Amino acid sequence: MRQKNLRNQRSGMTLIVKTITRLTIGLILLFGIYIVLHGHITPGGGFAGGVIIALSFIHLMLAFGKDLALKKLSEVQASFFESLGAIMFLTIAILGFVGGYFFLNFFSDKGEPFRLFSAGIIPLCNVAICFKVGAGLFAIFAALVFLKIGSGEEK
Amino acid sequence: MLELYILSLLMIIGAIIAVEIKDLLSSVIAVGAVGLVLSVTFLILKAPDLAITQLVVELLCLIILIQATIKRGIPRVISRQSFLTIFVTLTFIGLFLAFAYSSLRDLPQFGHPIMRVANHYLEEGLNKTGATNLVASVILDFRAYDTLGEATVLFTAVIGVLAVLRKIGRKKTP
Repeated sequence: MRQKNLRNQRSGMTLIVKTITRLTIGLILLFGIYIVLHGHITPGGGFAGGVIIALSFIHLMLAFGKDLALKKLSEVQASFFESLGAIMFLTIAILGFVGGYFFLNFFSDKGEPFRLFSAGIIPLCNVAICFKVGAGLFAIFAALVFLKIGSGEEK
Repeated sequence: MLELYILSLLMIIGAIIAVEIKDLLSSVIAVGAVGLVLSVTFLILKAPDLAITQLVVELLCLIILIQATIKRGIPRVISRQSFLTIFVTLTFIGLFLAFAYSSLRDLPQFGHPIMRVANHYLEEGLNKTGATNLVASVILDFRAYDTLGEATVLFTAVIGVLAVLRKIGRKKTP
């Protein structure tokens, strides 16, 4: 049912682009999530991973048109995730006051190096920044490129 | 060092092409080439974090610019420059280069910074934060306040774009 909808959609690019997009988009999203979660072990981090996740949604929007991409991640959801990321980051920062100062790495056990669950607050900060950057850049792209502005272009 | 000079030369050539070429789409693609070469430069200088971020952000900017130039019929701007304009431009470029040559000689050597605080981060970073990626431990632990400022800048930019390009509440011009 969903596949049929995808195939029959008139908007967007040609069948070749749609097929390739269907194959690659999951990999791009997974790569973004990997970059975010391993930001404290390997190069990468919240900003780059967030932009990669935003790019996967932009890829969907370019290939299949605006409607389907906004169905996956609507503007309201994007603005919600952006605010959620900002509040998460601030909350982590303020939670540092339990030990004394702003942005304290308040986990006493830092964990073993090269493990996923290590380094205290740094992975949490990465996830917060990822939400913020990804949703924010997606919202900017949707607003800049696809929303018609003014009265002249609407007609 | 030689490859850095070659890459810098490529970047300068790409930037000049991007400014001088008449077709708007070719200009955008030249800007993208400059960004790609900059990413390779970061990679050679052993900064993979910056290389990833530069590449990805350049892709996003390129997509936005291409969408903005293909779909809209932006008129081509052709302005004839007078002799006086070129003369003034070249004079100021020469002045700037002369001052830059005399002042930039006092900078520390490439790879030998004056600030010693980086050594402290390199030695203590793994013990204090537990993160093996030292860049992450600097930007999210030692210097997290700066990251908060950067996040605030991005938040303000998103709110500004969404407020300027909004549909609701805009006055209809007849």
